[in-house]
Amino acid sequence: MSAPLLEVRNLSVVFDTPAGTVHAVNDVSYTLHDGETLGIVGESGSGKSVHALSMVGLVPCPPGRIVSGEVLFEGRDLLKMPERDLCQLRGGRIGFVFQDPMTSLNPVLTVERQLMEPLLRHRNLSRSQAKSRAVELLELVGIPHAKERIRQYPHQFSGGMRQRVMIAIGIACDPKLLIADEATTALDVTVQAQVLDLVRDLKKRFGTTVIWITHDMGVVAGLADTVQVMYGGRIMERGPVGPIFKTPRSAYTWGLLRSLPHGEARTQRRLYQIPGQPPNLLDSQQGDPFAPRNEFATPRCFHEVPPLVQVPDSTSGHLVAAWYDLPMALRARQEKPA
Amino acid sequence: MIRYLLTKILEALIAVWGVLTIVFFVTRIIGDPAALLLPLGASAEQIDALNAQLGLDRPLIEQYITYIGQVFQGDFGQSFQFGRPAMQVVLERMPATLELSTAAIILGTLIGAVAGSIAALKKGTMAELIVMIFALLGQATPVFWLGIMLILFFAVDLGWVPTGGYGTISHLILPAVTLAVFVCSSIARLLRSNLLDVLKEDYVRTARAKGLMPRTIFIWHVGRNALIPVVTMIGIITGELLGGSVVTETVFAWPGVGRLIIQAIEAKDFPVIQAGVALIAFIFVLINLAIDLLYGLLDPRIRERR
Repeated sequence: MSAPLLEVRNLSVVFDTPAGTVHAVNDVSYTLHDGETLGIVGESGSGKSVHALSMVGLVPCPPGRIVSGEVLFEGRDLLKMPERDLCQLRGGRIGFVFQDPMTSLNPVLTVERQLMEPLLRHRNLSRSQAKSRAVELLELVGIPHAKERIRQYPHQFSGGMRQRVMIAIGIACDPKLLIADEATTALDVTVQAQVLDLVRDLKKRFGTTVIWITHDMGVVAGLADTVQVMYGGRIMERGPVGPIFKTPRSAYTWGLLRSLPHGEARTQRRLYQIPGQPPNLLDSQQGDPFAPRNEFATPRCFHEVPPLVQVPDSTSGHLVAAWYDLPMALRARQEKPA
Repeated sequence: MIRYLLTKILEALIAVWGVLTIVFFVTRIIGDPAALLLPLGASAEQIDALNAQLGLDRPLIEQYITYIGQVFQGDFGQSFQFGRPAMQVVLERMPATLELSTAAIILGTLIGAVAGSIAALKKGTMAELIVMIFALLGQATPVFWLGIMLILFFAVDLGWVPTGGYGTISHLILPAVTLAVFVCSSIARLLRSNLLDVLKEDYVRTARAKGLMPRTIFIWHVGRNALIPVVTMIGIITGELLGGSVVTETVFAWPGVGRLIIQAIEAKDFPVIQAGVALIAFIFVLINLAIDLLYGLLDPRIRERR
């Protein structure tokens, strides 16, 4: 396999707040290959968004602070890069699509201006070239009457259309890597499906590498090659979509999958819910962050952080951080793995 | 848009009419001008005669109707003191007020905008602290005291500028600075808090994610959104200053509208008070309209609602 496009090593991010230090991202390491789509799943506060934003200097600092780690993008460490060079990468080689296009687009500037900005910044285009490229982009993301609509303001677009505009901005300069942070969360299901189709289509056409951050397992199943489940600022489990959905090895992944509504489950029993509350990241952690909510936790889980290691009898690349053996524990309880 | 403008103009007319009415009745309460205009010891007959001459002996309602009727023809009556049309007397003082307020607004806005931006961008540093302390002091210092202190120091001790009066640029400096201190403090404080709010907005993060230069982000994405409330404040302050800054004009013997109105009140010169207040009300209304239109330019969402 070729050299990875993105390599994150031991990334830790904290926030200094009046109440204390919040450990938002703890020792996260992974690699992402060219053309791969990585789905990062986790609940609010799992560190999934913060880790992605911190890679490219988008976490406000202070209060945010990167404590340790390396983020190699095409071989260069983003965390050591001067702001000027990072500026060149952002919007150019690395595109972003943010959550809630209602607030992520500037209300007082036309869509045209917001779409032309990255083009004028990163591409050597004249204003008129940028203008026609902007119209092309709007057409590409499926906005009808792009020529007329481009002169409108964000509030004149519907939620789904605004998200499309956001995506057009993200892909404006043909980025090598597209990071989408909860890009479909604010949309209703039909619009979400349309946007996902659009992203799949763009991936196919341009071979873009995608990091798709979401809390929705369903979205990941339909879009990603690799899934990475995060909890309490750590990676709990990571691997190809198939094995993760079929035989999850982390109790947290298992819980997430069980809480999805299935066809038969809908009528037969109440939806599963993971007991307890998300962890308070203010305290420095001891052990597996999920242990207090984990019915399969072993005594070791509470005082020692499990390393993220290859699952012995699963597909290569299926990694899990757990001291317990989930399939065995489930067999002991006579339950199906998912 | 035309409908919007017409509504606004109608509203403005009603506001001006309301002000005219209030001023008319309030002036009638403050006393008897004839007694003041005539030398001490004038007989009751003489006072009655003057009242009849000025039209002050007629019933109040009749006076009011005549007055409103005349105002709509642009006639504010003759000044009791000067014996000339009241509006003419007021308008003669307008250039001085205009000069002073324009200078104060421009100076105050420029300094306030820079100081407010520095305070927001350098949040948590010494620079922010210094700016904010000066802004607080500037806003809290009474204008008359500041004016007198400036006169004592720069005019009396150093002798750099005249103590008061009107005519040259050097006469303008102290009163303009006195007013600008207040203007710039208010603007700096408001702009800082707006900028800090806008800097937290998601669309600013989007702008940064596009890799835009910090200057572009500040001017187009942060500044423009933070300016909208500041525009209102500049408008209100402009209205106040154009109405004549009574205290400053008095301290610096500046022959503006504010000082004229104070003199007219002392002399119970009803027509001049009425003309002066009417003019101020008119200016206020005009500026409000201008702000409304400017809002539309700055924020398309407001433009659309019209």
